[in-house]
Amino acid sequence: MFDNEMKLEFISKSSNEAFARITVAAFASSLDPTIEELADIKTAVSEAVTNCIIHAYEGEEGIIKIKGRIIKNTIELEISDTGRGIENVEMARKPLYTTKANLERSGMGFTIMESFMDEVEIDSVLGLGTKIIMKKKIKKHLVNIEDEEFASIGGVG
Amino acid sequence: MNIRYEKEDKQLIVEITEEIDHHIAEKLRRKVDDEITRHMPRKTIFDFSRVTFMDSAGIGMIIGRYKMMRLIGGSLEITNISATVRRILEMSGINKIIPMEDKKEVG
Ligand SMILES: Nc1ncnc2c1ncn2[C@@H]1O[C@H](COP(=O)(O)OP(=O)(O)O)[C@@H](O)[C@H]1O
Ligand SMILES: [Mg+2]
Repeated sequence: MFDNEMKLEFISKSSNEAFARITVAAFASSLDPTIEELADIKTAVSEAVTNCIIHAYEGEEGIIKIKGRIIKNTIELEISDTGRGIENVEMARKPLYTTKANLERSGMGFTIMESFMDEVEIDSVLGLGTKIIMKKKIKKHLVNIEDEEFASIGGVG
Repeated sequence: MNIRYEKEDKQLIVEITEEIDHHIAEKLRRKVDDEITRHMPRKTIFDFSRVTFMDSAGIGMIIGRYKMMRLIGGSLEITNISATVRRILEMSGINKIIPMEDKKEVG
């Protein structure tokens, strides 16, 4: 069982990069993340979605799907496309590796996803598409003593 | 984005006011390259004081402008970067080749 779940589907227009990360941030906000944790999630989503637009569909129109789940204090995101797929996943993960240097890509996308999220899994099949599964645990913050709910359970935590 | 050219110092000041992702980076690069070609500045300064978000598209955009400034014998500088943006720039190592100055914390 999940504590919350959502699905999002949109076309591969670059203006949807902002839409996607802002929507996921709103979904994540129930976990009460810090500003930094929220920035991490937004950046990782932006990287994955941009990759679908530039690399998977290469500027052609295609569908990008995001599945979001919250399980206890972990957010799980699945970002998928049905584009061209990744030839060499191991190479793709390497910092500065890009197949589109001509488009001013830096090859830092996967490196950023990996350092901002706890886990990043890449499932890709050439010609069929790519699915990125990312997880991040949101740390519990100190509960405010004056919180009513907290007081009503006698402050036991 | 606000761009102004300071003739006396031959400086092009680019204040970025939007979130820098791939969508915005394409627009920025077109506009900034136009201005660089037009003025041939000695220095281009990116003012990041209003940048609240940047992903790896920003790295590519900055390196591209750095190369362009070098090509015309000028330099590039970035000012007022936030801690979140710095984290991303440092990951790519470009902080070692491009001078950058942190945002002064208010309060
Ligand atoms: N969704 C995708 N579909 C196809 N190829 C991809 C996808 N995501 C990443 N790639 C491949 O992996 C490489 C590395 O990706 P990344 O680290 O984000 O760097 P960049 O996007 O700057 O090239 C890309 O250059 C591309 O070849
Ligand atoms: Mg990328």
